[in-house]
Amino acid sequence: MNMEFKVPTMAELMAAGEEPEILFWVGCAGSYDERAQKITRDICKILHHVGIKYAVLGTEESCTGDPAKRAGNEFLFQMQAMTNIEVLNAYNIKKIVTGCPHCFNTIKNEYPGLGGTYEVIHHTQLIQDLINEGKLKAEGGESFKGRKITYHDPCYLGRANGIYEAPRKALEVLDAQLVEMKRCKSNGLCCGAGGAQMFKEPEKGNKDINVERIDEALQTNPQVIAAGCPFCMTMLSDGIKLKDKEQEVKVLDIAEITARANGL
Amino acid sequence: MVSQILFLLLTLAAIALFTVNFRKIIRNIRLGKAVNRNDQPQKRLMTMLRVAFGQSKMVVRPIPAFLHFFVYVGFVIINIEVLEIMIDGLFGTHRIFNGLGGLYNFLIGAFEILALTVWLSCVIFLVRRNILKLKRFRGVEMTTWPKSDANYILITEILLMSAFLLMNAADAKLQALGAEHYVNAGAFPVSQFLMGLLPDTENALVLLERGCWWFHIIGILAFLNYLPYSKHFHILFAFPNTYFSNLEPKGEFTNMASVTNEVKAMLDPSFVPAETEPEKFGAKDVTDLNWVNLMNAYTCTECGRCTSVCPANITGKLLSPRKIMMDTRDRITEVGKNIDKHGAAHQDGKSLLDDYISREEIWACTSCNACVEACPVNIDPLQIIIELRRFAVMEESQAPASLNAMMGNIENNQAPWKYSPADRFNWAEGN
Repeated sequence: MNMEFKVPTMAELMAAGEEPEILFWVGCAGSYDERAQKITRDICKILHHVGIKYAVLGTEESCTGDPAKRAGNEFLFQMQAMTNIEVLNAYNIKKIVTGCPHCFNTIKNEYPGLGGTYEVIHHTQLIQDLINEGKLKAEGGESFKGRKITYHDPCYLGRANGIYEAPRKALEVLDAQLVEMKRCKSNGLCCGAGGAQMFKEPEKGNKDINVERIDEALQTNPQVIAAGCPFCMTMLSDGIKLKDKEQEVKVLDIAEITARANGL
Repeated sequence: MVSQILFLLLTLAAIALFTVNFRKIIRNIRLGKAVNRNDQPQKRLMTMLRVAFGQSKMVVRPIPAFLHFFVYVGFVIINIEVLEIMIDGLFGTHRIFNGLGGLYNFLIGAFEILALTVWLSCVIFLVRRNILKLKRFRGVEMTTWPKSDANYILITEILLMSAFLLMNAADAKLQALGAEHYVNAGAFPVSQFLMGLLPDTENALVLLERGCWWFHIIGILAFLNYLPYSKHFHILFAFPNTYFSNLEPKGEFTNMASVTNEVKAMLDPSFVPAETEPEKFGAKDVTDLNWVNLMNAYTCTECGRCTSVCPANITGKLLSPRKIMMDTRDRITEVGKNIDKHGAAHQDGKSLLDDYISREEIWACTSCNACVEACPVNIDPLQIIIELRRFAVMEESQAPASLNAMMGNIENNQAPWKYSPADRFNWAEGN
């Protein structure tokens, strides 16, 4: 796993009488999904690299309740939310960075009404901030210069919360060639996983949504498709596999690209 | 004098009939549940000015935006002319505003140019719908009535504008002939080209001018009374609909207060919730929705921008956000008719879910908010879909099996997949 450092947990920090600057909310996909775990580790590497004092909840973390809420199960959502809020408040958490737009949306928008108010950012916003502060550059690692990258807007980051610029800012610093898909930003097409679709078979139709999206992405002739959401990552990677383009086109999270560019 | 009385009676009857139907719609909207949309009045006003008045969301599609703009401006400005027609009709005057002199000439000239642009735009709209058959105007929900409704509206507007221009042409010709009553007033940049087509005798011209005048005003009064039955109602409701639209981030779903009480009681046995009526969770029928959802339904003009960006619909699924709105309106109209006929307690055994909107439709939604973003008047079909899902899941336990499995996993393992919570931090192994 080539992690050269230990990921601190809240329990450890608390035992040492310390408080982190920011809590990294990993999310279920980031915790269990093999592909997303890599992104999780890269986010940790970035946090470690810039020297931010952070921590994770580790085994004390639990689903935010997002898929239950979108599926219509408000009971289960609020059970999850209130349990999580209890943990977060007990640790006196003030600021949270999430590795997933769904966790981000839920904690930022739906937890305050249930007693959990925090400053919540998505990891692409953290990366943008670090670039703006000069703490992160694109040097010392893999060069993306001149490479063709297209960015897929996750619905729960873009339309749901109006965050379009932060992820693009993180790509601009690479001096790569950014190409937009026809449907991008507020007009971006969903990968097909939102609204709890990730956990079920699609309804009858004539095409899968992720294939529709991959077809559009491939029209830009990209070398890299950049994502910012573990669910989009799954859907887009599946699409690329289906099209047998795994060799030519890489689907990478903004955090992975950033980590690679900085040789982390 | 007879024509003045006839005019007065017609106008009063038209306004009375419209008021009755309008109030029915307001009553129907009030059948919806309460939701507070009176906060942040300044932000709401700005939203209304930008989105409804300023048509800011139309520009995404420049060609229809351009054409629609002409029809919209034409509609708003030509209403000044209707004011003159009203006064003339009631008092037996002719072109009462001609005292404005140069300004009057300018106004009439401007109306004529607008009338022509409205006329042309409507013809192009008809071509787009009926000859080019654009995909956006098709789809399962675009059955006979919605298609005819659109055509009736466009044809009526074309006829009204034609009558207005013909009336002016006849008037201009009568003015040139020095006919009695026909004072020299107005400028006719468009209708002057029609003058050559008209008869030359004064009697025939008066007949034509009066005929068009009556046709124009009766047409407007009839059109007013067509609105409550038509998708064209958006010309009125676009304004309140944007004013009362959701100002929170689109990703934020409401937290149900009724559930909060129960969950608090479950987590903390000492918590005693305030005594409230047991509430139905989610929506089975239109009256379980809130009043803004219902106003949305009456505001929808079936343009199909929502459906054309819906990922489910694009990939051939049954779901169409436009159909969600049309079904909601059809059902609330039906509920309203039942109340008129049989009283408020009447149950017809039908409901929005299943009789209008199928399970297959609601489960195809990715909650991506593309439909909400695309709507030029801030209609929110997603909220209705989620309310229907809430009913299916919480009242009926009727989620698709795979979603039940996902929810079972969250309950038991605190993750939507079947992994052990003890393994949650394994990603950092090898630290």
